[in-house]
Amino acid sequence: MIPQIMGVLFDGFAYGMLLFLLSVGLSVTLGLMNFINLAHGSFAMVGGYVTFSLMNYAGWPFFATLPMAFVVTAVVSVVFERTLFRRLYRATELNQVLLTIGLVFVAAAVAAYIFGTVQQPIQLPDYLRGSVEVAGLRLGIYRIFLIGVALAITALLIAGVEMTRFGAQVRAAVDNQRVATGLGINVEGVFAVAFALGSGLAGLGGALAIEIVGLDPSFGFQFLVYVLIVVSVGGLGSIGGSFAAAALLGISDVAGKYYVPELGAFMLYALMVGLLMYRPRGLFGKRS
Amino acid sequence: MSAPTESVPDPHLYLERQTRWGPIEIAFWLALLLPFILVPTYLNLASQIAITALFAVSVDLILGYAGIISLGHAVYFGVGSYTAGLLSKWGWGEPLTGLVMAALLATLVGYLTSFIIVRVRHLALIMITLGLGFLSVEAANSAGWLTGGADGLQGVSMWPLFAQFDFDLWGYTAYAYSLAVLFLVFLLCRRLVFSPFGLSLRGIRENLSRMPAIGAPSRFRLMKIYTISAGIAGIAGALLAQTTETVSLEVLSFQRSADVVVMLILGGTGRLYGGIVGAVIFMVARDQLADMNPQYWYFWIGLLLIAVVLFLPNGILGGLARLVPSRRRAA
Repeated sequence: MIPQIMGVLFDGFAYGMLLFLLSVGLSVTLGLMNFINLAHGSFAMVGGYVTFSLMNYAGWPFFATLPMAFVVTAVVSVVFERTLFRRLYRATELNQVLLTIGLVFVAAAVAAYIFGTVQQPIQLPDYLRGSVEVAGLRLGIYRIFLIGVALAITALLIAGVEMTRFGAQVRAAVDNQRVATGLGINVEGVFAVAFALGSGLAGLGGALAIEIVGLDPSFGFQFLVYVLIVVSVGGLGSIGGSFAAAALLGISDVAGKYYVPELGAFMLYALMVGLLMYRPRGLFGKRS
Repeated sequence: MSAPTESVPDPHLYLERQTRWGPIEIAFWLALLLPFILVPTYLNLASQIAITALFAVSVDLILGYAGIISLGHAVYFGVGSYTAGLLSKWGWGEPLTGLVMAALLATLVGYLTSFIIVRVRHLALIMITLGLGFLSVEAANSAGWLTGGADGLQGVSMWPLFAQFDFDLWGYTAYAYSLAVLFLVFLLCRRLVFSPFGLSLRGIRENLSRMPAIGAPSRFRLMKIYTISAGIAGIAGALLAQTTETVSLEVLSFQRSADVVVMLILGGTGRLYGGIVGAVIFMVARDQLADMNPQYWYFWIGLLLIAVVLFLPNGILGGLARLVPSRRRAA
């Protein structure tokens, strides 16, 4: 009984870390510009396809493709940000939602055109496969790896936001954009960089997600809801909040599917609606 | 859209002028009768379009007039559908009473959820409507004993309309019935949005915090319009169940909620006709294009959405209205 619970907790936490990577960028950019970017999941899909293509067509090793997934996604996203998204920073939420959902549609169709609609598998290196036994628990090596990556990135992010000059500018811009501009911070520039970094992380998340959840053209849609739940429950612009919300969501999703499969995702959505009803700004959000 | 400020000495006069029927409007409704003569083989599609248009009008009431973004309005559509379908399955196949029952139940559900809706705004609002939509799908799916689950509701069979007109294979009755309901509900909505209540909704849309300051508390008004809109969506859902004699989980799906918003944006929000025009274009295009290339249908929808947001922020009707400067609201 106990090992089983621990196993579910472990799998759920690993899944949550994946969700964290996929969503933390959106949390920060939403907090910065109030720009509702529903195409965030599609950027993650770009990262997934970068890794898939490099491994299967160019024969790159898995690890070498990960930085590329990050970089390519970051570059793609910043192109979109500079050409399309920035026109809508002052537009209504509805227009932002529609433009970005249009982008999701287009991205899914383009991915289906290039790669087909089937799931694209990748061959992991041997040392990431299988599982190890720790204190009577069988833990998947890939999941341990995933948790390690996510924790390292969380540490990097928190250190970056708390200790660097750029991090201070981001915090200032999230807290109060007008005052930050008044103090000479180039908010648009800060935003472009933060947007690229956040989308790059989503791309990395997309690449890491292939092994756990698979990759097909509907990726951008499937994870959109999860990503939005993490962001809205965690609170905008809060890295710690996203981390907690992602871990909570991952664990409850895996536990729910394991223990009460007949309820499906019902509990999850009910929990989210209930939580947002009483805390519209999320668990750790400063503003909505 | 922007209320004229220069030439309005008396708001009542302004509203009265708005409510007058223009020749374009009359021509528009007469044109909706044309399918009977021109494309009698497509009346089933026409009926579906009329139903979707009604759904779009219900969303326009909250989105276009009151500024409530909803990505889960299919909840009420679905409640209406299942109510009408279940009534018929349980042996009461009379269409009109089924319609009324569906409207009542959807209104009730709308009223209950409106308490949640008015509490939140921005991202939380989008997430809550989305969440309610998914919740309803999950609920209907697990309540298989009631709804038939993923297999859909079997055994829906409608009695003739007015005990006279059978729901025929060609869709004559279906289209006439749907169009008549669409028109009647539209009259109601038209009356509603040009009333002082409708005007106050537009004020709330433009500035939520200023309206209470000038004596129009927003909370109750928002709940009211949301409830009405839910009821209308329920009527649309019931129409679909009755004319197609099937109900599937699809009536509650996110796809339906999202598509209707797309149609509305395409046609133009906040002008009632936008939803109808958008539904006609969207459904006809889908019918034509889906045969050729179903997989890439959403590619074009996506491009269209991006283009509309960037170049036609007020939709097709908004663009047309700009071409006709002499009449402030051409359509």
